[in-house]
Amino acid sequence: MLPRREAVTRLLAHRPSDLFVISGLGSATYDLAAAGDDARNFYLWGAMGGALSMGLGLALAQPFKRILVLTGDGELLMGLGSLATVGVQAARNLAVAVLDNETYGETGGQASHTAHGIDLADVARACRFREVMTVRTPEELATLRDLLLRMSGPVLGVIKTAAADVPRVLPERDGHAIRRRFRQAVLG
Amino acid sequence: MTESGYQFAADDWRADIYAALKRQRIVQVAYVPDAGHATLIKALHADPHMKVSVLTSEEEGVALLAGADLGGERGVLLMQSSGVGNCVNMFALLRSCGFPFVTLVTMRGEWAEFNPWQVPMGQSTPQTLERAGFLVYRIEHAVEAGAVTEAAVRIAYDSAQPVAVLLSQRLIGAKTF
Repeated sequence: MLPRREAVTRLLAHRPSDLFVISGLGSATYDLAAAGDDARNFYLWGAMGGALSMGLGLALAQPFKRILVLTGDGELLMGLGSLATVGVQAARNLAVAVLDNETYGETGGQASHTAHGIDLADVARACRFREVMTVRTPEELATLRDLLLRMSGPVLGVIKTAAADVPRVLPERDGHAIRRRFRQAVLG
Repeated sequence: MTESGYQFAADDWRADIYAALKRQRIVQVAYVPDAGHATLIKALHADPHMKVSVLTSEEEGVALLAGADLGGERGVLLMQSSGVGNCVNMFALLRSCGFPFVTLVTMRGEWAEFNPWQVPMGQSTPQTLERAGFLVYRIEHAVEAGAVTEAAVRIAYDSAQPVAVLLSQRLIGAKTF
């Protein structure tokens, strides 16, 4: 099991200038903020199940930028169909990192489907993602970073992480402000 | 003959919708299929300048087009009225962030509907959209199709509004078996 904050921080260290990140609501948004606020971050505070679809629309619009969707197992489970939609589009610049703590952490820690053996990497593979991997140790993070930031997409990495509570780091909550800032970073 | 190479039938008002989308620089299209949109979907797929995504469920399209806007592209979601119900929670994304958004909704459950299962969602579609903050337009007659579509895209993108255009079942033709 990997500490989620350390995993996200290491994935985004020395961040390439063309990397744009959309985070799913809840812990993924706090983890992204904790790794350092950035105009190239879009923090979702709602729209559960929509993070990957949003990443796809952005990836199609900006095929020469790298798009990373950082989300949790519960959020991706709600948008499971979007994995199939991404598989059809086969967007080469789209990557997904799933922080999989096998629980609905925001709502009382109830076990999610992945706690019962449902494997999101297998689902992504069945949806024709080009590469998938599951990581459990810090030693695997360099390989995961390479997968998420460099390999031809769509790619998906599952980061098995502990269900431990970490302090919340709360970024901007005003969606209008997040949208304006992000669009300016994308479009100049 | 359209730019896409697709040949609409001479009296197909979807040709006017297609032309309006092109004039208004729509480049992304997301859809869950509907018979009422079928020829438009064919034309869009045939157009090499359109990025067309088939969805598993309509709410994906709300998020997808928000992502397109983040990347500076305009888009439209095609669905039927039953799909509006699937989108309700995702619509919050539009108002929370001020995303422009356009959906063209083919109506079921109204004019001469034969399937009672279509009536509940069809009848609550206009109110559902209004409660979610949409400007709602309606096309009853083929002659209006191009102008209403174009006006809807303009107000959506020029004034950053979520906009729905309802294509009435009378216009589309009630399905029969």
